[in-house]
Amino acid sequence: MSGKIRLINGNGLRVDGRRPNELRSIKMEVGVLSNADGSAYIEQGKNKILAAVYGPREVHPRHLALPDRALLRCRYHMAPFSVEERKSPAPSRREIELSKVIKEALEPAIFLEKFPRTSIDIFIEVLQADGGTRCAGTTVAALALADAGIPMRDLVVACAAGKVDGVLVLDLNDIEDKEGEADVPVAYMPNLGLISLLQMDGSLTIEEFNQSLNLAMEGCKQIYKFQKEALRSRYVTIKEEVEECLR
Amino acid sequence: MSSIMVSRIRQKQIAQMVASGKRLDGRGLKDYRPIKVETGIIEKAEGSSRALLGKTEVVVGVKVEIGDPFLDRPDEGVFTVNSEFVPLASPEFEAGPPSEESIELARVVDRGIRESKAIDLEKLCLIPGKKVYVIFIDIYVLNHDGNLIDASSLASLAALLNTKIPVYVVEENEVKKTNDYIPLPIKNLPISITLANISDKLIVDPWLEEEEAMSARLTITFDKDNRISAIQKGGTGALTPQQIMEAAYMAKEKAEELRKMLVKT
Repeated sequence: MSGKIRLINGNGLRVDGRRPNELRSIKMEVGVLSNADGSAYIEQGKNKILAAVYGPREVHPRHLALPDRALLRCRYHMAPFSVEERKSPAPSRREIELSKVIKEALEPAIFLEKFPRTSIDIFIEVLQADGGTRCAGTTVAALALADAGIPMRDLVVACAAGKVDGVLVLDLNDIEDKEGEADVPVAYMPNLGLISLLQMDGSLTIEEFNQSLNLAMEGCKQIYKFQKEALRSRYVTIKEEVEECLR
Repeated sequence: MSSIMVSRIRQKQIAQMVASGKRLDGRGLKDYRPIKVETGIIEKAEGSSRALLGKTEVVVGVKVEIGDPFLDRPDEGVFTVNSEFVPLASPEFEAGPPSEESIELARVVDRGIRESKAIDLEKLCLIPGKKVYVIFIDIYVLNHDGNLIDASSLASLAALLNTKIPVYVVEENEVKKTNDYIPLPIKNLPISITLANISDKLIVDPWLEEEEAMSARLTITFDKDNRISAIQKGGTGALTPQQIMEAAYMAKEKAEELRKMLVKT
């Protein structure tokens, strides 16, 4: 967290040429794995992340089943080759914490009470990481849940804002996250106006935090459009396939 | 674990009381339970403390060793935070590998200390790139009655303020322990404040039954300059942006109170 590297140049642009309030390029695809009940893939900058959903299905081990709602489980995991130095495939403490906060980010959106005594399992695999993987992972997991046909109150979309070289910026990449002054990941349900994931590390005044929160929500609203588009095009594809069969 | 039927009724009761501005234990919405902090309770540890938050009880021990620095920070000391939910603390705790909750607790406490730069790590380097002080902060939960994060953060800070590190001399690229001890260099005082959302109202310092009834919690850590060092939302519910900002201002006020109290003891 030192200012050794210049993160904002003389023209006010960031290390990857973006303006402070600009997102990285985003590509999403829904329905990418045939075995899973729902799946999705996201590329956000250099992040490449897959998510799959299995369920509602029988709970294993059975004693974990809840009598009044589905058990939601989430595993966030990084591939050993996803980062510069090989990461041990065993889940790290960071991955266990992120699994928990992502699960809690998605949980308020799902009608779990519709599926008592079942489990819904979410698997997020980070194939390549470049900062903001918990957010991109949440965004793509929400798509996989929708693809699995699980009834939801809203999609969940996540994006980080933060502060680098004294400037508030949107959607931090890896260098900005590591060398910047603060990082505020936010998950948002735009239709409900509710925040379901919020973390921060670094140093911000309350006012700066307020601005970062608003910036992150603006970013979420932009990504939400891509999310809906990705879902829609999935159904267009299915419709075309069905029509092809009927012809 | 109590049966779900009973706890549902209790949860409803707690929610109704909070909605009318009251709490089951008679506190106001912004009141902490009685706080007690003692230090120097474990002689064998370089630093230690016990914090009581109502019936929640946490002991923190600090051990100091010499070890290798991180590759990317060759001239800084190292610290780690670990927490144990020992089975004697709650009927819900089981022996075995650490739970998600215990890992989250340790990481939230760690983030508060790290991001506020509470420990002056640059002063903990003996031979750059080779030998540095390694500070182990171990959180031991002895009785779980809710809000473990605030109790643990407070106990950790108190234990760090109580820590004396042995003085080493560097001779021909080797370190040698002397009999002298100096206080661990501390340059910030992070205080974490946890609020819970019950019936769309924010309450400070939820105890165990309120944690059962809450939809979400928010922990905000302030440093001595009233800047935010760390935030963690927990729980399966969600919050509005307005609630989050309300929580931030409430937490700032509370953090100042707690810091004053801690400095006095």
